Amino acid sequence: MRFLRTLVSPRGAVFLLLVILLAAITILNPNFADPGQLMRFIQRVAPIAIVAIGQYFVIVAGEFDLSQGSLITAQVIIAGNLVGQDDSRTIPVLLLMLVFGAAIGLVNGLITTLLKVPSFIVTLGMMLALLGAVMWWTGGAATGNPADSFRQIGRGGIRDLPLIDFLPWSVLILAAWLAIGIWITKRPLGKVLIAVGDNARAVRYAGARDWWVLTRAFMISSLSATIAGVLLVGYAGVHPSVGRGYEFIAITAVVLGGVVLGGGRGWIVAAVAGAFVLEALFLLLNIAGVPSSLRDAVQGVIIIAAVAYSGVAFRARRRPRAAPHASPDSGKEPDDPAGESARPSASPALVGGVTPAGPATTTARPDQIRGD
Amino acid sequence: MKRLRIDSTVIVLAILVLVIAIGAILVATVGRSFFSPGNIRDILTGMSVLGLVAIGQTLVILGASLDLSVTYVMSLASLIAATTMNGNPANIPWAVTLTLLVCAGIGLANGLIVTVLKVNGFIATLGVGLILQGVLNTSFQGSAGSVPWAFQLIGATGIGPVPISTLIMIGLAVVVWWLLGRTRTGAHLFAVGGDPEVARLSGVRTKPPLIVAHVLCSVFAGLAGLLLASRLGVGSPTVGQQGGYALLSIAAVVLGGTLLLGGRGSIWGTIGGVAIFAVVDNVMSVMQVNPFLKDVVRGVVIVAAVAVYSRRAIVRRRARFGPGGTRTGGDAAAAAAAPDMVAAAVALEAGAKDTGANDTGATDAAATDAGGEVRS
Amino acid sequence: MRRSLKIATASVALVGLFALAGCTTDPGVEPPEPSGDTSEPAAGNEWFDQDLFDTQYAQREVIPEGPEDEPYLQHINAEFVDTSAYASMGAKKACFANASISNPWRQTGWITMNQQLKVLQDEGVISSMETRDAQDSDDTQIADIDYFIAEGDCDVFIISPNSTAAMTPAVERACDTGKPVIVFDRGVNTDCPVTFIHPIGGFAWGIDTAEFLIDNLEAGDKVVALRILPGVDVLEHRWAAAEKLFDEAGIDAVDYFTGADPAEIKSIITDELAKGDVKGIWMDAGDGAVAALEAFEDAGVDYPVMTGEDEMSFLRKWKDAGFVGLAPVYSNFQWRTPLLAAKMIFAGEQVPSEWVLPQNPINAEELDRYLSENEGMPDGHYAKFGGENLPGYPEVWQQRLIP
Repeated sequence: MRFLRTLVSPRGAVFLLLVILLAAITILNPNFADPGQLMRFIQRVAPIAIVAIGQYFVIVAGEFDLSQGSLITAQVIIAGNLVGQDDSRTIPVLLLMLVFGAAIGLVNGLITTLLKVPSFIVTLGMMLALLGAVMWWTGGAATGNPADSFRQIGRGGIRDLPLIDFLPWSVLILAAWLAIGIWITKRPLGKVLIAVGDNARAVRYAGARDWWVLTRAFMISSLSATIAGVLLVGYAGVHPSVGRGYEFIAITAVVLGGVVLGGGRGWIVAAVAGAFVLEALFLLLNIAGVPSSLRDAVQGVIIIAAVAYSGVAFRARRRPRAAPHASPDSGKEPDDPAGESARPSASPALVGGVTPAGPATTTARPDQIRGD
Repeated sequence: MKRLRIDSTVIVLAILVLVIAIGAILVATVGRSFFSPGNIRDILTGMSVLGLVAIGQTLVILGASLDLSVTYVMSLASLIAATTMNGNPANIPWAVTLTLLVCAGIGLANGLIVTVLKVNGFIATLGVGLILQGVLNTSFQGSAGSVPWAFQLIGATGIGPVPISTLIMIGLAVVVWWLLGRTRTGAHLFAVGGDPEVARLSGVRTKPPLIVAHVLCSVFAGLAGLLLASRLGVGSPTVGQQGGYALLSIAAVVLGGTLLLGGRGSIWGTIGGVAIFAVVDNVMSVMQVNPFLKDVVRGVVIVAAVAVYSRRAIVRRRARFGPGGTRTGGDAAAAAAAPDMVAAAVALEAGAKDTGANDTGATDAAATDAGGEVRS
Repeated sequence: MRRSLKIATASVALVGLFALAGCTTDPGVEPPEPSGDTSEPAAGNEWFDQDLFDTQYAQREVIPEGPEDEPYLQHINAEFVDTSAYASMGAKKACFANASISNPWRQTGWITMNQQLKVLQDEGVISSMETRDAQDSDDTQIADIDYFIAEGDCDVFIISPNSTAAMTPAVERACDTGKPVIVFDRGVNTDCPVTFIHPIGGFAWGIDTAEFLIDNLEAGDKVVALRILPGVDVLEHRWAAAEKLFDEAGIDAVDYFTGADPAEIKSIITDELAKGDVKGIWMDAGDGAVAALEAFEDAGVDYPVMTGEDEMSFLRKWKDAGFVGLAPVYSNFQWRTPLLAAKMIFAGEQVPSEWVLPQNPINAEELDRYLSENEGMPDGHYAKFGGENLPGYPEVWQQRLIP
């Protein structure tokens, strides 16, 4: 009963939407319910879901990572060029790619935190520079698809299983990465990230080294993009257009999952569900025969509607319990708009509504005493 | 005491001068002159379209929102204009009016979704952009319409090396600067962008300024689309996407010193940011830099230029307490009085011990209060 | 609050519905090819041009004139123009306004063009070539051409237009300078240039590929058409011709836009295979062909009959997998012809006003030859690049350093 109630609540909105979409797909195409088909669907969504996990950590901390798509393209091309047809190079190149991904995340994080450049700008610059550098290095086209052992990661799996017949590696990797992600959210790092998104200044005063915390979020995001790149090498092959636009898909998926741009709250599983919702939506539009030119329009309407619903319903639930609002114009909720507008970090101390200012100056808010 | 206030607009203009200087040297090494009329015209032409979009984007970002739909608005505007004009100069006024009305409508939709439905500007305009893309794909199959010669003149002619389109852009920038600095809507926009909660508590209506900002942003994107239609002679459903105007305009605005958080910024900084992009692009083209390397340079320039002034205190407010603060020398008096205060507190304590323990809590609080205040 | 929320939600929903409904019922609007619908009423495809279709149909049969082993110098049905007015001695400066090098086909051609340039520089015909790359933007290319006119000090303009209608005024301005203008690849809506160089055309591609699929399939078979982008005329012509022929032969053809993204291609094919049998694949460009074939492999079904392009990735996969296939070409060697045309113009020799180059698909018999000639080339290389007799062959193309 509680489960059902959560499903229709704003927190569960994305899951409800996912259930509706999957049901609609199955009605229109009963083949879809076949376990093999389902596994292939998850295999297809896996790279997007993994990228969404990385983007979740960055957005919940109140930042953006626009460089994920270019990083995927770069990693895919690196894999194609360095592995070649030599099977023995698979493991070393994999390690190199992971190190490269972490390094890009490190650079993103350091420039954002130490040079204080807005993350939107840092990752935008990184997106342009990374893609340009890789295209210049390879002359615009990759050498070719790498050896099969590398590609098996994204393409292959465990075959001849009793019920599902085929379990792709991608699904296992997605499950593992999601488990790691959930574990991180339960650790101090995860909680501090949410706190940074909510009120970065308070976190700094509480003593956390927010530059290292944020940098690690960017590194998680870049590692997610790297893993997605590895899977895409197998699934799609090596081509300069693989990975284009993934950062916008990831941001959309994360926001659909109820994570607020500007940070401060959100559940990682909901972000992954958002990725599934997007792919299910594409699949439904495809199966329903909606003309390809209209698909973008439908996608846009659904995104706006879904985000509006979850945002508005969330605010309705969060009406402050203490303040008695007998006033008729309670249309304007007194609680914080800071979560709703695109403001990374530094929300003022008026979080949670107006609290009555008491006479005791020693309990006054910290930023008023210390100045800035 | 008065110090020279170096704010971000001045820094942007300084960066622009530096870039021009470096560019002129580099261009001279390949035997061209940076300041020749053809080169100046190339730079100013490159500024016009992006400049119009960036002016609109500045308004929206000041309101702490974003507009990612500008690319599609530009394409749609070019198509509506070209198909309505259809080669007939008599249709020009109606075509321009219709185009700007449609763009204003799109901006209104953006503004309503952001303010009433309270969807984040990023997502709202991303969604509207997708809807517009669907409309473009459905309704148009490649270039359409035809722009009469009278209208093409706007994109083609100039006064000396300065194109008419640049003059129009500068003129509109002045209008917007006046709007931001001298009207109530402008002031309210700054307030809403800086802190909507404080603005609302101060009695400012938070919805109208932001809606006006979104409407103006889409109208400016429409103007940019009209300019492109004038230059191309036709309307094209991909002309907006070809230039990547959404992200580039945001980058130019931030480069110009406007905060993504909203509430602070200047139009002239944005124009400076657009000029920096145009100069860098022009120098790279003259030097025939590999197009892939051009993207690398663009990315690095964006980050580096913003980094130059991001490290400074982003919000320069005067210190309120402590040295240099608004206290009129009260610190010195408090510090001088400290020993007497401590002595008085000790005496009170001694007296309290004799008469009873009732006031101990209060005197302790008073002692720590005084001590705390002096130390901060 | 509830009321304003309801109003706002309703208005958004209305906007959405309006966008969906209003767009499709607007009588003045030409509906696009809906996927899955094969019989189009008389309105047909907006891009279809019967005259051009017939012309190109005929041109495919014509034996080109010119040296057999130098296809980049051959021409079909040429009407010559007199260039004696431009004849002059000395090395000339060329100015090249390039649309972009944003896809492997253009990158390959660009490398070839630069090697051709070296040859002509050694011969003393061209002194230097200044290039401005518009990065796929009409607006930028117009500014580039204007810059060349004002500052470039050019003796000849070579232009590869980004789009047809939009670039016409700028090309006319270049013609007005009195210097020879050479246009290649996509055309413009003016015949002021001295010569317009291009292979036979998109309709010919569509005819070659559609006829191949029709010959190898039966009426009622399903063909999935993978298209890169809408609105590009060279690509739209290909599909317009193919669609017409498929209709007439009773082939069930469904088209999708892929953006050349292999992941997208694989998803589309997988979904189609889930719906039923797919007997043939038609592509309007070769990018991502491998992903389409792998979708068949992953689903465990037989390979389709497939047309791709002369990109090495497709040719190699074709050899490996052994399906029934054809590789149409959009003659990459056309990138050599503009500079050679400039040489001829300055020598006062006649050139065709519309230089139609041969466009011969690679069929199964020729596959081995092209594979061996292009061994060691990267996957994004194009087999008919025409540079085998240029200096630097094969290293320059193998290393693929973009100049």
